[in-house]
Amino acid sequence: MKVDNIGAPAQRLGGIDRVTGHQRYVADLPIADTLHAKLVALDCAHARILSIDTSVAEKVPGVVFVMTADDLPTPMPRFGPQYQDRPVIAEGTTNYHGEPVAAVVAETKDAAEEAATLVKVEFEELPAIFTVEAALDPAAELIQDPSIRRPGPFTETNILTEYHFGWGDVDAMDADMVVEHTYAWPMQTHFAIEPHGYIAAPDGDGIIVWSSIQHPYQLQKTVATVLGMPLSKVRVIAPDPGGGFGGKQHPKLEPLVAFMAMRAGRPVRLILSLEEAFQGVRRAGTEVKVRMGLKSDGTLVFQDYVNRFLIGAYGDTGDRISAKASFLSAGPYRTPAVRIVSQAILSHTTPTHPYRGFGIPQVTWARESCLDEAAIALGIDRLEIRLHNLVRYGEEHVPGDTPADGDWAQTVRKAAEEIHWGTPLPPGQGRGIAIGVKSGPTTGLSYATVRFLADASVMVFSGTSDMGQGARTIFAQIAAEELGVSLDRVAVVMGDTAVVPYDQQTSASRSSVLMGNAVLDACRDIQRKIRAMAARLHDVEEAEITVDRGVVHLPDAELPIVDVLKAGLGRMGGEVVGNGEARKEAFPDHPLGGTALFFEFNCTACDVAVDPETGEVTILRHVTVGDVGLALNPVQVTGQDEGAAIMGIGHALMEHLILDDKGRTRNLGAIDYRIPTSLDLPGELHSFSIENADGPGPYGIKGISEGSLLCTAPAVAGAVRDATGAVVRRLPLSPENVWRAMKEKT
Amino acid sequence: MNEMMQVEMTVNGRVRSFDVAVNHTLLEVLRDDIGLTGTKECCVVGECGACTVLIDGVPMNSCLMLAVEADGADVLTVEGLATDGHLDRLQQAFLEQGAAQCGFCIPGQLMSAHALLQRNPHPTIDDINEALAGNLCRCAGYQQISAAIMSSAEGAGR
Repeated sequence: MKVDNIGAPAQRLGGIDRVTGHQRYVADLPIADTLHAKLVALDCAHARILSIDTSVAEKVPGVVFVMTADDLPTPMPRFGPQYQDRPVIAEGTTNYHGEPVAAVVAETKDAAEEAATLVKVEFEELPAIFTVEAALDPAAELIQDPSIRRPGPFTETNILTEYHFGWGDVDAMDADMVVEHTYAWPMQTHFAIEPHGYIAAPDGDGIIVWSSIQHPYQLQKTVATVLGMPLSKVRVIAPDPGGGFGGKQHPKLEPLVAFMAMRAGRPVRLILSLEEAFQGVRRAGTEVKVRMGLKSDGTLVFQDYVNRFLIGAYGDTGDRISAKASFLSAGPYRTPAVRIVSQAILSHTTPTHPYRGFGIPQVTWARESCLDEAAIALGIDRLEIRLHNLVRYGEEHVPGDTPADGDWAQTVRKAAEEIHWGTPLPPGQGRGIAIGVKSGPTTGLSYATVRFLADASVMVFSGTSDMGQGARTIFAQIAAEELGVSLDRVAVVMGDTAVVPYDQQTSASRSSVLMGNAVLDACRDIQRKIRAMAARLHDVEEAEITVDRGVVHLPDAELPIVDVLKAGLGRMGGEVVGNGEARKEAFPDHPLGGTALFFEFNCTACDVAVDPETGEVTILRHVTVGDVGLALNPVQVTGQDEGAAIMGIGHALMEHLILDDKGRTRNLGAIDYRIPTSLDLPGELHSFSIENADGPGPYGIKGISEGSLLCTAPAVAGAVRDATGAVVRRLPLSPENVWRAMKEKT
Repeated sequence: MNEMMQVEMTVNGRVRSFDVAVNHTLLEVLRDDIGLTGTKECCVVGECGACTVLIDGVPMNSCLMLAVEADGADVLTVEGLATDGHLDRLQQAFLEQGAAQCGFCIPGQLMSAHALLQRNPHPTIDDINEALAGNLCRCAGYQQISAAIMSSAEGAGR
């Protein structure tokens, strides 16, 4: 049977459970004899802990114990994806608003919650540092004790890391015009609708940890390290997350829950409140200073950046985000000289975590906005200045990195065409356009196992997390296509390190490409074994047989692969197992440790109307075009693309964490923080894919899940300026900020 | 110990009589006491819509209602939409349109949509966006959700 699963709008695997309420997220798991945990935190950003009195709390009926730093090993176990600097629980000081100082474990949720209010913490509030300016003040307190820092030139400062990238000699370039501005992007939170959840339970001489995490294998390593267990004794079960957006990539409170479960000798569960989730993960706020030099015809001659990422109290991934995003500051434009300085700056705030786009939206906001300013100053059309400087297919935009891996001008022209660029708009309306480009993964390792069962059904085993992007469906489509079975005969097993082989992580829009290639490789392994079966059954040399997409081609016949499978397995039955692997090797000499596996390239254009009285921005028409290589599942591509576009609109128009004068977050909640609802959608939203089947994944696919939020903010801000003349360089484009900018203009 | 009170309510067509803690919300009782975990918990202050259920046909945030207040009520949760293992038209439409991505908000979206179609069998897109404005979706599958409701409503007219 020839099947055609590639490019089909296959229905989501797991979809039925999602519409019936049967999908089990971490908080839905029925685990017997489970204790409930509740965190205790201080209502301040930075404090010295003087004493913690748990005696009253421990008298609450049902309370089993209260965990503090005193109950953990000495020295305090610390962990983190890049820097092992985050304590399991606060020890001596708290360094961000919401950092837990104690946790109550009780028989019931009610008892845990009541007792948590009765833990008495004596503390001395200390001045908190939560701005770039304060952190860089030479007199500023050191946010991290140098003893937990890696030795280096910045150990005695609040700069965690500083990078210098670039090429050419910016200072020697001769420009007709130089434009220089600073663009600010506020801290934002992920706000997955599923708050983070964790359960841990002793299991023989090991432990099981359930988590809403995106990277189960990284969690396994972290728990094994802090508990001093071999990897083989740590089983991580990661049910499909209820949204991730990067916020569930790395371990956070799982080590604490693991220690509590080991102490209790019973399962312990901690489901965060939405407020705690807001305090647990956030995106780096940035200040990007751009200088752009151009010829009078719009040709870029240099780009010069100082990028300051305000990260949190612990390193987490703040360093990598600042480095990887800054590396692509100059975007997809041919520029003879580029200089980039990138700093990751510590502060008494929630540790910066990966967030869809991985820092690229912040640098793109600055670059694309500045390019608009240059175009307007030179009297050049904003679309033309982009097309004029855009690299061609195969041309390097960053020397030594992967060259442009798509016909990017095609993407830009499509967006311009769909927004009707160049046609007039009524007064009070404006049009904007911007380009975003993001490196895919720079290294990667994914394994997959595929089992071809005796009845010609298929099981795919993968360590990827399906957090809504639809990875299960993609892998099932690949297996169905390669093995010639219908999609409903394929099961995809994920999220259990005792069952699925290793996968590095689910991030950077990598899974369809890297894990997709691993699944494809496993299917090819099965095809080789089927070929050997066919040779034996039909007494033909293997070299004379090919197996392709479910069909076995013999010299004088074609057979469905399933016929060969059944005949080959014979009366005993059994199965054929295929193993697959996909790697993206590191390049130690590359500034990022590896070249881009692919690029996510997007062009976004929009028409807006601005209320002259209130500054309120209404997006009338929003067009996003992504170079996806090939849409393996067009329904899912559209869902991810529109979803990212709307998330990007939220970031552009409304989202920001508000800190008070002591560094406490003041908008810890859905209404106070504000994300797009069904009433905040553009009048029209159109998502388009450019498909030239030129990606490194199966059948030519590229990663797609971040593209359409990379350049939303500068496209909208450009449209606001076009409509009103008002220039906003500090997001969000809230009515207040737009109104002020309109007043300043006049 | 929490003070307990006996309540009787119809949950997904089945009459149940049981004791609930007087301080527990309907959301807690549905999830923790009855084991109907399809109704989701997120903000617990009535701002996100993930816990939406129908009380006597009216969509309510079950996190804002004490379980004792539902005494005598007819409660419909997402688990009650399908009958005899067959998806209802709305659920089927959500699948076909790709409306469920991560899926966490979907039970609440379905319940609000179900209530909308009960009172307005042929809603416009604006009606849908208004009726579902209290159901946040961070995957932002709003267009797929409204398309599913529209297609389901059209089907209702057949």
